[in-house]
Amino acid sequence: MTVNNRPVQYLLDPETPLLFALREASNLTGTKFGCGTGDCGACMVLIDGVPLRSCLVSIAEAEGRVITTIEGLSRDRSHPVQQALVAEQAIQCGFCTPGIAIAAAALLEDNPSPSREQIDAAIPNLCRCGVYPRLVRAIERAGRVAARAEVIDAAPPPAIAPEEAARDVPALRTTTAPPRD
Amino acid sequence: MSAYLKQDEPDNVNRLDHMRQGVLGTDASRIEGLLKVTGTAPYAAEYQLDDCLEGVLVTATISKGEVTAIDADSVLSMPGVVAVIDDPSLTARAAQGTAGEAPAQPAREVGYFGQPIALVVAESFEQARDASKHLKVSYRADDDVAFDPEAVEAEPQDGATSQGDLAHAMKEAPFSVDVTYTTEGHSSAAMEPHAAIAQWDGDTLTVYASLQMLNYNISELADSLGLDEDKLRLVSRYVGGGFGSKLGVSEETVAASVAAMELGRPVRVAMLRQQVLQCIMRRSETRQRFRLAAGEDGKLTGFGHEARVSNLPGESFAEPVLQSSHFLYAGENRELSMEVARIHRMTAGSVRAPGEAVGMPALECAMDVLAEKCGLDPVELRLRNIPDRHPANGTPFSSHKLAECLKQGAEAFGWDSGPRSPRHTREGEWWVGTGMASAARVHNVGEAKARVTLKADGTALVETDMTDIGTGTYTILAQTVGEMLGLPVAKVLVELGDTHHPRGPGSGGSWGAASICSAAYLACLALRETLAKRADVAEEKLELKDGAVVGGASLIDLLDGRDLAEEGHYEPGDIADDFTASGFGAFFARVRVNRFTGETRVEHMTGAFGFGRVLNTKTARSQCLGGMTWSIGAALTEAMLFDPVDGHLANCDLAEYHVPVNRDVPDLDVVFVEERDGAASPIQAKGIGELGMCGGAGAIANAIYNACGARVFEFPMTPDKVLAAMPD
Repeated sequence: MTVNNRPVQYLLDPETPLLFALREASNLTGTKFGCGTGDCGACMVLIDGVPLRSCLVSIAEAEGRVITTIEGLSRDRSHPVQQALVAEQAIQCGFCTPGIAIAAAALLEDNPSPSREQIDAAIPNLCRCGVYPRLVRAIERAGRVAARAEVIDAAPPPAIAPEEAARDVPALRTTTAPPRD
Repeated sequence: MSAYLKQDEPDNVNRLDHMRQGVLGTDASRIEGLLKVTGTAPYAAEYQLDDCLEGVLVTATISKGEVTAIDADSVLSMPGVVAVIDDPSLTARAAQGTAGEAPAQPAREVGYFGQPIALVVAESFEQARDASKHLKVSYRADDDVAFDPEAVEAEPQDGATSQGDLAHAMKEAPFSVDVTYTTEGHSSAAMEPHAAIAQWDGDTLTVYASLQMLNYNISELADSLGLDEDKLRLVSRYVGGGFGSKLGVSEETVAASVAAMELGRPVRVAMLRQQVLQCIMRRSETRQRFRLAAGEDGKLTGFGHEARVSNLPGESFAEPVLQSSHFLYAGENRELSMEVARIHRMTAGSVRAPGEAVGMPALECAMDVLAEKCGLDPVELRLRNIPDRHPANGTPFSSHKLAECLKQGAEAFGWDSGPRSPRHTREGEWWVGTGMASAARVHNVGEAKARVTLKADGTALVETDMTDIGTGTYTILAQTVGEMLGLPVAKVLVELGDTHHPRGPGSGGSWGAASICSAAYLACLALRETLAKRADVAEEKLELKDGAVVGGASLIDLLDGRDLAEEGHYEPGDIADDFTASGFGAFFARVRVNRFTGETRVEHMTGAFGFGRVLNTKTARSQCLGGMTWSIGAALTEAMLFDPVDGHLANCDLAEYHVPVNRDVPDLDVVFVEERDGAASPIQAKGIGELGMCGGAGAIANAIYNACGARVFEFPMTPDKVLAAMPD
């Protein structure tokens, strides 16, 4: 399969959930384990462009497909959904955030200006912090940004240096982080 | 150097209002936001350690008794299995919040179904999980175990109030209400399951875990393991939600530590979702009786609130249902008392807003019944019953914004204060109605330390073991320090969640923000003293903005190539006893109820809140939105359901335990009522993290009645209950 534009062959049991392969073998820990039973959506990734719960997809089923995880959504954190989620503060603890970003990115790919009803239908993800009202606004705004109808000022730099984050999660350095000098 | 304050007097100087940077109280976006939207913020289970083993907890299949034998040989020959850990250090329950000591040990003594009893360690998670299912365990199971809180004698709790003669007041009053409500248990259900990775180097143990209060957790873990605290380091930089469930060290953290020390290799233990629900704290179910007596004018002459909650034997925690009832409304004849039933469900402990989360909605429902009897607008009834002082002990309020919240909230919502009767509006098959409730949540602060270093390059570094569980601690600390030292937020680096740093207050009880920002504020005041001397002005006259003295030298020049560090140390003093301090608010809800199915949909909610200085309007609003979302869950869907035969939790996953989803939550309005509370903290801020759910479910319940005429006395108000209570 292809993961974030790189060919990958997992030497794992074919029944292994894609979620575990991504997190444990590829060290792509941005995709979260929230329940393991397809209830929460924290593990959503794009499989051939469709947002699916990776805890319910085996690597056998994912064979030959193109997988995009949160780390591969943009190379420079610039995806309109990522920017809008920060700007609209549709993030709290952040654990459901990657799954929501994936679901929202897929929605906007198909429909750049979704209605509230369409957003509700496309975002089944659970969020215990309760960002839902902000989420709807963030997705609408991301749609406008994607359509070049609006610009978001770059989100502020993170509190922890990228080098440190990369050290903590080494796979990011090789698969997703833009070249640094 | 350090700056210490034990606050004995209110601080109404409001220094922060006179600083020049203008970043505190703004809508600054959270500084760790990009890490979270790119999946690069590391949570507890995501630290990469070489040679790390995986552990899976084995849980009890009896409800009470003892593990008599664990047959390790039954799994040791399975592929990849390294060890079966059944050390007496393993803990049977999670520690209660702020316990600071080991929770119940050993794990072999079983007190509830699903309790962890051992740990199977293997090379891979799959191997460990497989072996955990095959481990042969022998038990001695007790008979006659109590599971039903209504079927046992209950122990009375200390702290009851008995004043005047309530029975007499009830008899004499022109209007009186005697009603009983029940609420079901709640689960925090944070999105990140509990997880820990422990690494032992033969001398020091490093544990990456998902914890809210490292300042207490380090003592709890050290005590559990029999290790000195200085041989222990806890790291919790990002926490995927807490809501009380990660206040105390829980079973997986101790198990990972024991295994790592025994095996000499790093061990990770991540709980399965089902285990989180089965062996982490539940909010107790409650039964609450209200007796309200009022005169012709609606003023309360009697106030009674009696509650029964439950917990395991030996647990000190009792859901503090009456917490705000003690002071919210007047009434000279008062009876407030609580009792605890000892039963064998999992430990009852703190779940977001312990006490008021269930006490306030029930009280506000009873007030709605009283308003109807008195023929008064529910807002007016509350306005008439705001006491001047604590009605029982007479202490003054530190600051009290309930009236303003009621008025401003009603205006923002468009509340109709005219006569009210149910079933006034029908749209197709839906009845539409409105309801309201007051909000109250006691304010607490805790001892806190933070080190602030002004770097020679003109940036600042904040270090504390305080955590950010999604609340925005990173950001508000950067804003507080930026405001005090004249720096934009981007110039302040905040390092949290590491016990190598000074001890913070921990995230819990809504006290985190006010406490830790007070510590940072004190450190900055001391830094300003030094800078003022160097700039040759009095500290009070020192104006700092954008990295320089206004019209003068830059910080870099004043620092002259050397870092400058101060540790702020804040401790609550006499103010904690001299005042009754609380956040107040008001909820307004519009719902529609299906006349055929009894289904309730919340159409709109407004919350108006007064909780002192708002440090960040964005993160504060998010706390309120989150609380109101929880109000919807508590009102309509959330209930832990227990098997009456063996007490096991029947709905132990997110498919069956129903937290609100996107489609359940409409647009929510939040109104901040301007307030500075100098007796609450040196930065005039109060707790905000829990107030948003302290009464909200009552507003929804009252709206259900106003919509369709169904008075329901059981939370959550699921369609079956609404339908049964709906008049023909």
